[in-house]
Amino acid sequence: MADWPILTLTTFLPLVGAFFILLIRGEPDVVARNARAVALWTSLITFVISLFILANFDPSNPGFQLVEEYAWMPAYNIAYLKGVDGISIWFILASTFLTPICVLASWTSIQTRVKEFMIALLVLETMMVGMFTALDFVLFYLFFEGVLLPMFLLIGVWGGPKRVYAAYKFFLYTFIGSVLMLLAILTMYLTVGTMDMRAMLDHPFASELQLWLWVAFFIAFAVKTPIWPLHTWLPFAHVEAPTAGSVMLAGVMLKMGGYGLIRVNVQMLPEGTFYFTEFVFVLSVVAIIYTSLVALAQNDMKKMIAYSSVAHMGYVTLGIFTMNQQGMDGAIFQMLSHTIVSAALFLCIGVAYNRLHTREIDAYGGMAKNMPRYAFVFAVFMLASVGLPGTSGFVGEFLSMLGAFQVNTWVAFFAATGLVLGAAYMLLLYRKLFFGKLDKPEVKAMRDLDWKEVTTFAPLVAIVLIMGVFPASFKDVYSPTVEKILADHQASLKAAGLIKPEEAQAAGLTVTIEQPSGAVSGN
Amino acid sequence: MEIAAIFLPLLGAFVAGLFGRFIGDKGAQIVTCSLMVVAAILSVILFVQIGFGGPEAARTVHLFTWIDSGSFEVAWSLRMDTLTAVMLVVVNVVSCMVHIYSIGYMSHDPSKARFMSYLSLFTFMMLMLVTADNLLQMFFGWEGVGLASYLLINFWYEKKSANDASMKAFLVNRVGDFGFALGIMAIFLIFGTVQFDEIFAQVPEKANATFNFLGFEVHALTTACLLLFIGAMGKSAQLGLHTWLPDAMEGPTPVSALIHAATMVTAGVFMLARMSPLFEYAPDALAFVTVMGALTAIVAATIGMTQFDIKRVIAYSTMSQLGYMFFAIGVGAYPAAIFHLMTHAFFKALLFLGAGSVIHAMSGEQDMRNMGGVWRQIRFTYAMMWIGNLALAGIGIYGVFGFAGFYSKDIILETAYADHSWYGTMAFWLGLAAAALTAFYSWRLLFLTFHGEPRADEKVMAHVHESPLSMTIPLGILAVGAVFSGIVAYPWFVGHDLAHFWGGSILMLANAEGETIIDAAHHVPGWVPWAPTVVALAGIGFAWLFYVKSPDLPGRAVASIRQLHGIVFNKYYFDELYDALFVKPAMKLGLGLWKGGDEKVIDGFGPDGAANLTQRLSGVASRLQTGYVYHYAFVMVIGVVALIAWFFLSAR
Repeated sequence: MADWPILTLTTFLPLVGAFFILLIRGEPDVVARNARAVALWTSLITFVISLFILANFDPSNPGFQLVEEYAWMPAYNIAYLKGVDGISIWFILASTFLTPICVLASWTSIQTRVKEFMIALLVLETMMVGMFTALDFVLFYLFFEGVLLPMFLLIGVWGGPKRVYAAYKFFLYTFIGSVLMLLAILTMYLTVGTMDMRAMLDHPFASELQLWLWVAFFIAFAVKTPIWPLHTWLPFAHVEAPTAGSVMLAGVMLKMGGYGLIRVNVQMLPEGTFYFTEFVFVLSVVAIIYTSLVALAQNDMKKMIAYSSVAHMGYVTLGIFTMNQQGMDGAIFQMLSHTIVSAALFLCIGVAYNRLHTREIDAYGGMAKNMPRYAFVFAVFMLASVGLPGTSGFVGEFLSMLGAFQVNTWVAFFAATGLVLGAAYMLLLYRKLFFGKLDKPEVKAMRDLDWKEVTTFAPLVAIVLIMGVFPASFKDVYSPTVEKILADHQASLKAAGLIKPEEAQAAGLTVTIEQPSGAVSGN
Repeated sequence: MEIAAIFLPLLGAFVAGLFGRFIGDKGAQIVTCSLMVVAAILSVILFVQIGFGGPEAARTVHLFTWIDSGSFEVAWSLRMDTLTAVMLVVVNVVSCMVHIYSIGYMSHDPSKARFMSYLSLFTFMMLMLVTADNLLQMFFGWEGVGLASYLLINFWYEKKSANDASMKAFLVNRVGDFGFALGIMAIFLIFGTVQFDEIFAQVPEKANATFNFLGFEVHALTTACLLLFIGAMGKSAQLGLHTWLPDAMEGPTPVSALIHAATMVTAGVFMLARMSPLFEYAPDALAFVTVMGALTAIVAATIGMTQFDIKRVIAYSTMSQLGYMFFAIGVGAYPAAIFHLMTHAFFKALLFLGAGSVIHAMSGEQDMRNMGGVWRQIRFTYAMMWIGNLALAGIGIYGVFGFAGFYSKDIILETAYADHSWYGTMAFWLGLAAAALTAFYSWRLLFLTFHGEPRADEKVMAHVHESPLSMTIPLGILAVGAVFSGIVAYPWFVGHDLAHFWGGSILMLANAEGETIIDAAHHVPGWVPWAPTVVALAGIGFAWLFYVKSPDLPGRAVASIRQLHGIVFNKYYFDELYDALFVKPAMKLGLGLWKGGDEKVIDGFGPDGAANLTQRLSGVASRLQTGYVYHYAFVMVIGVVALIAWFFLSAR
């Protein structure tokens, strides 16, 4: 274990950078230039430091590591408590990785209130890292809600023409979720007597209480994920947000929902999870089919990708609640893949938007001719989104469905229709943007990616392919934790008498293979 | 050596694709073609080693782990057995010829490097497919060739018809892949693995296993096999999922030869042969395969008779021949199917490249109604087309000599006859009828294209010229294959050396008399081996009668069966049916769910409804909705603080 508070440093370093930006004074263009530089360097250093988390992390240990604990309000058993495990570590890195990319993506496209923009971005980073490292429920809640503030500002100040409606919707959904979550946290605190999340993980809550708590947390996280039908804020938020806002929203914020579902709903409330599994399956399958069809009808690039995000998150919730190794491995992998792919797709849209200032798909066409580099990059992420084997998108999607097939073939059957529908809307989008005749003069005038854009996309392309061909590089870090979560889940259910001990081995497998002819029993 | 034979094309694709700008068109062509030549030579060496080295020569080269999740473990590896070796030769040799041919054919195209890169990428993906030692790597190659096919059909991306065709190809294939993916999941559920040898070892003990699929307690192996077959139907254009193949002819002709005739579309046949140890224990699935194959063979042949686009005729012919391969699989004659796959690869690639040579000569014309009377100007191409046709129609003298298709088609029909099941018998008669139609449309194509009065305008006719060497040499090499591959390979593939040659790569269970279906096929009545040749000659005769002797006959024949001809000419209205059943409803449903579901129902009762409600309830609320995000954020923070404060005060 590192002997320096590496998690705290990663969390608050961006805040320090934001503070320095606040101090910058002078001519507006000088301020803007300096603010960009400070933001870039701060976020890059933060990323490098966060790599030390990975370096010091022992994947074979499924428990919390690099734990930092300081007394805060000892009288109330509330502490400043941080730590990482296999589930959270990649999301921390995703936050620190995407922030410098967002700074770069906003380099020229943001020209008003640059200083404030960079501050908001860095504060957002602090909040996200803080949330994923929090092991005390008060900290968790503060950061979870804290993320919303800079995001509100990014949408509200630098957003598009309908930003007010978007922000209002965003607010209303998340507010209801927040209130319910707060009440649930307080109830849990009263029951256990501490805000230490590690204690909550071990505490067997009463069966009926679990159901109520589960519903409250589920709504809060379902809004974030988002799970159908609590998703309608997302398309608007994306459409109005500036590119960096969309990247952060899709790349990291949505994953807070999935992370919360695993950390709280699955780990702390096993009986609730057991009770509501089928319900989540139904919502997931509806999300996959429904939002894919809706995506097919969009003529706004960002809306289409936003709806595709909901569909992809459907595989995540599906995978998590299969409660078997393939399903949950797949769900987490799908989240990581979506982090990269959706972020990259929004960056791609930003490229087109910066040049033509419209998100309307029909305004483009034939760009393969004058922008071959752009066409190539976009194609890679399009294919990853479609889930082509060899890209990151396939591994998560396939494992989730494989997990689901073992639990319920209907669920896997419907989820697999996403293979066709997902391909349909993405190919349609790509075709309308890049193929056909290049006959619109303003599109013809667009220039191909410059070197700065190429350097932004290159690492993303590389990650997508590495994740697709050699997924173990990412998966082996979290798999042992998943294994432990599943084992704990089985143990809790057994203790609660929900499954018989002999079933425990085959739980998740409602399907049995009969061998009447006295053959050797397999599996 | 195995690694080189498979990864050299990827290297070529990479170099030509990413550095095409630096090395130029010539550079890209030299790099990709020379790498392909090396890969082709290596695969011939591998074929000789493995095919004739006995069972011990088969091996698997393990590369590294791909996905490892709990009990689900999949590795990247190269399985080298006879079945793979045959495919290696077919893929690499035909691909090599097509690469070289493309230098001449694409000489007027501005994006040569991109084209070569796609071709090499396709070759690599196809090699990954055939060397897979587990279902998931096969799926990787499977979707990979689909991607390459998509890119190449859409190579001329400014053409709307090419855009349409490529999307259709990808999506219809995805429908098949939907079945394939579910099939893989079912296999994993049944066997706990997707690695071939581990599956096959468990098949006998799981022969009677059942599991619950979509609410029904079903026979496990049959269900898994049918799901896999859905994947095969998509890739190999079997009836129902075939609509993409004719449209795929939008791609450049070398692509049609390589992908949509010789290699990719046969992936389904290969997959079923690879899974023979599984299908042998799922007789109901095999019966279904037989019926689908036989129907495809005859339906495609009828459509092929009516089309006028030279490439589409050959495309329907491909579909029909794939039908033959599938009903061979269906009656359990996997070696016969692979034998036909191999011979077909040679003569169909020859026909396509020959057609490409004609199109090249006719300045891009593809409609046979605008051709005719050019055989004197392009004699070499004409001769090549004759050879291709003779091989396709399966002409030969029993016991003496025959063109490639003569041997492979005969053994397929013989096995179907020898099967004696109702579906085998049906396949035999439909296959025999299709053989007659095959000969008819082949010579119809030949006569319309080369004979009669020239129907092209003078400008085109003045330009008619024989193709350059880079195109004619590949034609010549493929022609050698189309003439001799049948007679040379017969003993190994389906003759006396069969057991030694195939080793453990294909399983055929023996029937009650202790003989395999191939053994039985060697003992059919004497008239059966003669029948295909006789009906083929009849077909040629009719074609001669219709298109040379009395060219007014076709018009009168069509007039007498106008309605029937309309149905066939419009390809049995599959496209229109699918458009009305799936494409349009999906778009409408999407729009409906968006406008109705999201905006009316969810938002109406959710956030928008809440807004209206609060506005009506009190003026204060409406004043609070100032629309400034800061205010909302501020209110939220206040609320949170108040809640916490209340909690702590009340708790103590």
